[in-house]
Amino acid sequence: MGVRDIYGRSDYAIIGELVEPRTRALDLGCGTGELLAWLKENKKVDGRGVEMVSADVQKAIARGVSVYQGDLESALEDYPDQAFDYVILSQTLQQTQHPLQVLRSMLRIGKHAIVAFPNFAHWRVRLSHLSSGRSPRTDLFPYDWHDSPNIHFLTVLDFEHLAIKEDWKIERRVFLTGRRRVTTFPNLMAEVAVFLFSAN
Amino acid sequence: MITQASIVTFDSLELDCGVILSPVDVAYETYGQLNADKSNAILIEHAFSGDAHAAGEGGWWSNMIGPGKGFDTDRYFVICSNVLGGCRGTTGPGSVSPATGCPWAMSFPPVTVADMVRLQKKLIDYLGIERLLAVAGGSMGGMQALEWAVTYPESVLAALPVATTARHSAQQIAFNEVGRQAIMADPDWNEGNYYDQRPPGRGLSVARMVGHITYMSDESMRQKFGRRVRAGQNKFEVESYLQYRGSQFVERFDANSYIYITRAMDSYDLTQRGSLTKLFENIATRFLVLSFTSDWLYPAYQSLEIVSALRRLNCDVAYCNLSSQYGHDAFLVEVNEQAELVRGFLASTFKERAAGEERAS
Repeated sequence: MGVRDIYGRSDYAIIGELVEPRTRALDLGCGTGELLAWLKENKKVDGRGVEMVSADVQKAIARGVSVYQGDLESALEDYPDQAFDYVILSQTLQQTQHPLQVLRSMLRIGKHAIVAFPNFAHWRVRLSHLSSGRSPRTDLFPYDWHDSPNIHFLTVLDFEHLAIKEDWKIERRVFLTGRRRVTTFPNLMAEVAVFLFSAN
Repeated sequence: MITQASIVTFDSLELDCGVILSPVDVAYETYGQLNADKSNAILIEHAFSGDAHAAGEGGWWSNMIGPGKGFDTDRYFVICSNVLGGCRGTTGPGSVSPATGCPWAMSFPPVTVADMVRLQKKLIDYLGIERLLAVAGGSMGGMQALEWAVTYPESVLAALPVATTARHSAQQIAFNEVGRQAIMADPDWNEGNYYDQRPPGRGLSVARMVGHITYMSDESMRQKFGRRVRAGQNKFEVESYLQYRGSQFVERFDANSYIYITRAMDSYDLTQRGSLTKLFENIATRFLVLSFTSDWLYPAYQSLEIVSALRRLNCDVAYCNLSSQYGHDAFLVEVNEQAELVRGFLASTFKERAAGEERAS
């Protein structure tokens, strides 16, 4: 099945599908607010964002999205319990200092959490590591070890295990490679994984 | 565009101190057209030394207000009034007291930011506007915008407090006190009774010089003046600039107003009425809070105090700490970035408001 892009991002397209209309959503690390603007326009979602980079925050506010400039990990503390229907973290989990704390906070302030992350067990990553003997570099992980913003690498399987351990209910899982959906061997074949989950 | 302020006189205004001021004049200007359902009105709040002349030639925020600008007067009806206690048309210590027939001078009752806003509410009612699309202002103007949201939440769809605080800090009070002492140390001040003689220009000018230092930053002063010397005057550029700004100020500002308004700012502390989280509790107002990286007079942490309280309540708030080297002056000079933010924020507020009313009807 093909995936319709939103602003050239297939994970956004999936998230766009997962979020129910007329709900409240918080996008952590929302960049210039593209996803939130799309959700607002197309699904009448009442959205908020958190973003660290001032220039991105400016663009987001200029497009009418309410974004708070700050560090997402400390920003999570201020929101009240169950303030949102969805708390979204797209392509940022692997860059957080305390990913587990972030995920738990997401479920504290949101009824559902949505995470999208690059799968560190994708076959290209494995092949790159195996063949070069160096830290893997692929289209998905294009950085040198010393300039990578990614500090906590995880795989599809890692997330599934964590969900069991933390007693989270995984409501939807969508796996992507490029713009195509992956249905078999996701831990090997998926470049990006998207999980919709909630507290049990 | 109108450049001449209109004056409206109200019978009375009850002040926080208990005094009922009667009558009270308000000087105001408007720009743009009020639409048929009166849903496009924006109240602009001036900072400490501003006045009702916000836009048009010589307007203090003319780069932000006008056709196609951040506050687009082709779309919105913009109102700006001189504050209570001021000296630019609105009743203040320089006005004539009806009881004595002489200027109030220091017998003018103390005023607060809440009093200023209460008077503005009368003006808005007088103009027949039930609900403002937005209230916006920087510095003391931001305090008034906050006050509006807290006191009249149902009348304010969006608030834009810029480079401001919910309570004046010791440092902010300290600088204001230096200004007041400079005025009062001038023998011409004469306990405030100078209206028929020479005003305390030297004191007021020094007060303004101190003010200007606090509005700039080390970086902006280095860039603007450095150690350059003004040719033929044996004076540093920075000395010459401050003296010029000081002497200019004397011509347009009343020393007693300086004392009254700075005291209103210093006494401003929203938290005296309860925690910010409690005060913002039932507010549906949308917020755009802005601070500037080099503003050491109204540092970002003061904006964040407001933003954090709003976020704890899950209120609709956008916040950005804009990068600037201009210090507190940034809110007046950093036009491009601010205008872009303000334009987008107002447009979406206006659009959603229209959508909300469609649903309601």
